[in-house]
Formats: sequence, C-alpha cells, structure tokens
Amino acid sequence: MSRYIIRRFLSLIPTIFVIITLSFFLIRFAPGGPFSSEKNVPEQVIQNLMKKYHMDEPLFKQYLSYMGDILHGDLGPSFRYRDSTVNELIGQSLPNSMLLGTIALVLATVAGIAVGIISALKQNHWQDYTFMSIAVVGISVPLFVVGPILQLVFAMRLHVLPLSGWITGREGIKALIMPAITLSFPYFAYIARLSRASLLEILRSDYVRTARAKGLAERTVITRHVLKGGLLPVVSYLGPAFSGIITGSIVIEQVFAIPGVGRIFVQSALNRDYTLIMGEVIVYSLILVLMNFVVDIVYGFLDPRIAYN
Amino acid sequence: MSDEVILQVKDLKTYFTVDEGVVKAVDGVSFELHRGETLGIVGESGSGKSVTNLSIINLIPMPPGKIAGGQVLFHGKDMLTMSPNEIREIRGNKISMIFQDPMTSLNPFLRISTQMVETIVLHQGLSKEESKTKAIEMLKLAGIPAPEKRIDQYPHQFSGGMRQRVMIAMGLSCNPEILIADEPTSALDVTIQAQILELMQELTRRLGTAVILITHSLGVVAGMCNTICVMYAGRIVERGRTEEIFESPRHPYTMGLIRSVPRLDQETRGRLYSIPGQPPNVIDLPDCCPFYPRCDKVMDICKKKYPPTVPFEKEQSAACWLYAKEAQNA
Repeated sequence: MSRYIIRRFLSLIPTIFVIITLSFFLIRFAPGGPFSSEKNVPEQVIQNLMKKYHMDEPLFKQYLSYMGDILHGDLGPSFRYRDSTVNELIGQSLPNSMLLGTIALVLATVAGIAVGIISALKQNHWQDYTFMSIAVVGISVPLFVVGPILQLVFAMRLHVLPLSGWITGREGIKALIMPAITLSFPYFAYIARLSRASLLEILRSDYVRTARAKGLAERTVITRHVLKGGLLPVVSYLGPAFSGIITGSIVIEQVFAIPGVGRIFVQSALNRDYTLIMGEVIVYSLILVLMNFVVDIVYGFLDPRIAYN
Repeated sequence: MSDEVILQVKDLKTYFTVDEGVVKAVDGVSFELHRGETLGIVGESGSGKSVTNLSIINLIPMPPGKIAGGQVLFHGKDMLTMSPNEIREIRGNKISMIFQDPMTSLNPFLRISTQMVETIVLHQGLSKEESKTKAIEMLKLAGIPAPEKRIDQYPHQFSGGMRQRVMIAMGLSCNPEILIADEPTSALDVTIQAQILELMQELTRRLGTAVILITHSLGVVAGMCNTICVMYAGRIVERGRTEEIFESPRHPYTMGLIRSVPRLDQETRGRLYSIPGQPPNVIDLPDCCPFYPRCDKVMDICKKKYPPTVPFEKEQSAACWLYAKEAQNA
C-alpha cells in the first residue's frame, strides 16, 4: 500500500512537467503579448521592456531559465502589475478563495448528500420532487442571478447580512455567508443528483435484497449496506470539485467584491501577463492532480475490490 | 419429511402495475410445504416462480408490485397481514433465501464475517464473538476450506461457487425451517452446479430444513425434490410427486418440458425437441388457457375458459381441459 502511494505520488511529477511545458509554449504562441496594448509607446521603450523581462532572448532559453526559476519556487515578476511578483499576487488572493471555496464545498457536500439520501429513500414522493426541482434550479441558474437575488433579499430588504466586501474579524464571517451559499449552490445540486442516482441503483441491487431477506431492519440496511457503495461516486467527484471551487470564481468575486484569485486569473489572460498566467496554471494544476491523488488513495480504503499492487 | 404442514400458500395473487396495464405475475397460486419436504417449482422465465417466493416473505418491490389477494400461512399465521417487525423476525431466521447470482448477492464492500455475523446476532441473540464462531462452523459445513481465514475476506476474493457456498452457509446459519433457493445454480457452471445441489441437499437433510427450490431445470428437480409444481403464466398448471410427474405427466406443457430434456440413455436422431412459440405476455390475459397457442392438443374450449384443476390418483393434479368432465359435456 505505502509503496503504491509513493509510486503514484512520483508519477505526478511528469504530469505537472508536461502541463507547465505545454502551457508555456501555448501562451507564447497566442497572438498579442504583454506590451502590445500600450498605445503610442516609442519602439525603444518596447525594446527596453523586452530586454528587462528577457523576452528578447530565444524562446527555448527563456523556457529553461523559467523552469530554473520555478524549481526555486520563484514564479517571476508580473508583466502588468509592475511592482508585484506573481508569488505576491497569488499569495494575497489564493487564501481568500481557498477559505471561501472550502466553506462552500463543505456546505455543498453535507447538504447535497443529505438531500440525495432523502430523495432516494422517498423516490417519487413530494420530498423527492421538491428537492430535485431545487437541484435543477441549482444546476441551470447562473451564479450572477443567484448572488444578486440573495443580496436583494438579505442585504437590501432584510438588512441581516452585509451586501458585499471582504472584512476581517467577526463581521467577516457574516460577509462570507452569502458568497459561500451562492458558490455552493451548483455543487450542492450536482452532489444531490449524483448521490440520489447512485443510491437508487444500490437500493435496487441484489445484495440489498439479500440484506432485507436476512431480516435486517430498514435502518440497518440503509446505513450498513446502502450508504457506502452509494456515496462512492460523490467521493470521486469531490477531487475535481475541490480544486475547481478553491481556485476562485470571477462571478462570485465580482458580485460580492471579494479579492480572490479568480479575477486575477481572468485579467492575467486578457492582459497576456505571461508569468501570472503560468503561475495560475501551475497552482491550479498542482491542486487538481493532488486532489485526484488523494481521491485515489481514499477510494482504495473505501472499496475493498481495488487492490494496490 | 413429516405430515406437518408448515407453510400454506392459498390463492396468492401478486400484480404489477405498469404503463401498459396490470401484469398478473402470480395469479391464484396455492401449495403446501411439509416439514423437511423439498418442493420444486419449475417453469420458464417469467412464469412467476420468483415472484411467488418473494411474495412469501413480502419482499416484492411496492410499488409497482402489489399483493392483490390470498394468504401465506406460516404455522397457521398469515404473513401477508403481519407487521414489518413480525415479518423481519421470520426473514433470515425461520425462512431464509438464497438467490440466483452469487456474484451480486453479497455486499462487495463488507467482509463475509460482517455479513454473516449480523444475521446471527440479530436472530440468535449471540454475542459477536459467539456469532463469528458459529459462522465459521457454518462455512466449514458448507465446504469452505480454511474458514477461520476466509471469513475475514471480501466477496470478490471468492469464486462463484464459493460465494454460493457462503450464501448457503449464511442462509442456514439460523437453522431456518424453510430455505427458499431461487435458481441457486443457474449462474454457475455445470460441474459446480452438481456440487452446490449436493451440498444443499446434504445440509438441509441434516438440519431437517424444508426447501422450496425454484428452477427452470427439470434435471435439478428430478434429483432433489419430493414434490413438483409446474408453473405457467403465473399459475400452477400441474403438481404431483416427482415420480408421478416424470412417469405420467398429464399437462401438455409438462409433457413438452420433459420431452425437451436431452437424455444420455436414448439414441437420438435429429434436433432436440422444444415447445414451439413464446411464453405469453401476462398483461391483461383473457380468461383462457394461456398455453393454448403452443399446445398440440388444443380444443375449442381452451380458447374460451381457463381449465379447472383435475385431480388424479395419489397427489397428482393438472389444470387442463383434456381431463375435465365439463369439456366432454360441452
């Protein structure tokens, strides 16, 4: 088992390497560059800028020196935010997104699984219909609709929650409630539908019929025989969901004025801020492959049929 | 086998409501089971064998299923009117079941020990350790080598035949009065089938358990059962002692079934016999003999009315117009 974990972990390194290399060249080949939008800049200034950021060197040499830098944990200077390094920009915004995303995902998982279980056990009853209608709304209504509706009700009318902003301290918790609920909504809806569907499948399985034929109480049948298998698909969904949710959402950040990493990601791409884009890509892919790695390991503990050797 | 009747099914009707209409999966089935008896229920897929037996322990998925009528008397008490708690007392304890596919009937996420011990703890009131000892003993009886070690493994570490042995050990672990075996060997290959049947026969004989054996194989019932019920389209069309059925089958369907068994002791020329046609669709079946379109002895009356059950000497009886007095008068 531990040998498998080590081997599986080492195999992440080439994955990351390929992602970095591909992104590096793809970005460079995209039309435009970090300085192309500046107006009326004398040729000499552009030349100097290029020289300052080593962009006048051959592409492969740039790649090698960039790889050398990131091995030392240095993501380089931002091309657009002249006084900041990429490390600083991500370091300031990522923790905010991670905090918000983690709260949202915990909410989504707890509520989604609970709703999924109730809907599966009450299939085709009013509870099921109600919850699944909410889930369809959650999946289909965009965040920029849900967010403002919540703001309208809870901040503008009822005045119980702050409208927006990122505040530290006790008020900050209240300021997190609406963005977290908004962000969790589609994830909640997906988890609810996913767990309902897979629980229904298990409920109809032969081994659950065996469990009932043994005379077990319905409660024992559900807790011991149905839940484990029924919630496995949720576990595998949580890996990619977690990496997606903690790396920020520009919609949430715009609506609720949150200094998160999503906004920086989008702006860096629009600005062709090469180093910042690369920094974001590296951080996102690291989190993604790590989460998938964790899910794989957890899966092995939950499903005895998976053998590691 | 004694004369004491432990289970009496009376005019059992189980219907399923689907979009196209009402499926009368079981339509007026009656039979008796004596202590220690082995009863075979034979029929094609869809003839209502499994639904009959799931109805006995009230495991029909409802909806769409519904027990529309009849009684299931276990020691004289109707199981169809029992509370869920009362019926759970019986399930797995007094009446246990073995299912067709051993590959899917055991929970893949739980150790064999967990799955066996939970039943014994529940019904026998033993502690977990005592139950595990009992479970190991049952696995040993069921012919599982090194049961002390195997009991802590998961189902996927067992072969199909071994899993069915586990199911048998589990089914018999509370010393039930009745074991319902629903096609216990259909999913296994032929050499394993014989071993499993032998094991079931030996263990149930030793423990004095009555068996309801559901199968589509006449070969299986011939070797194991005292009595046979032949089912067609949700009803029992012929019943009798095993020797009676094989020596003098009365219903044309039974005759066809027996003729379609390949035999080693007879020189055969040409193709193996098979009953022509398909089993009927049991949705909104009219009041006729459902077998008439496939029957080579069909008469006019067969198409108009369901035949009465005609008794023969000893225990045999068949539902066919060939033997009914009314038909001769008509």
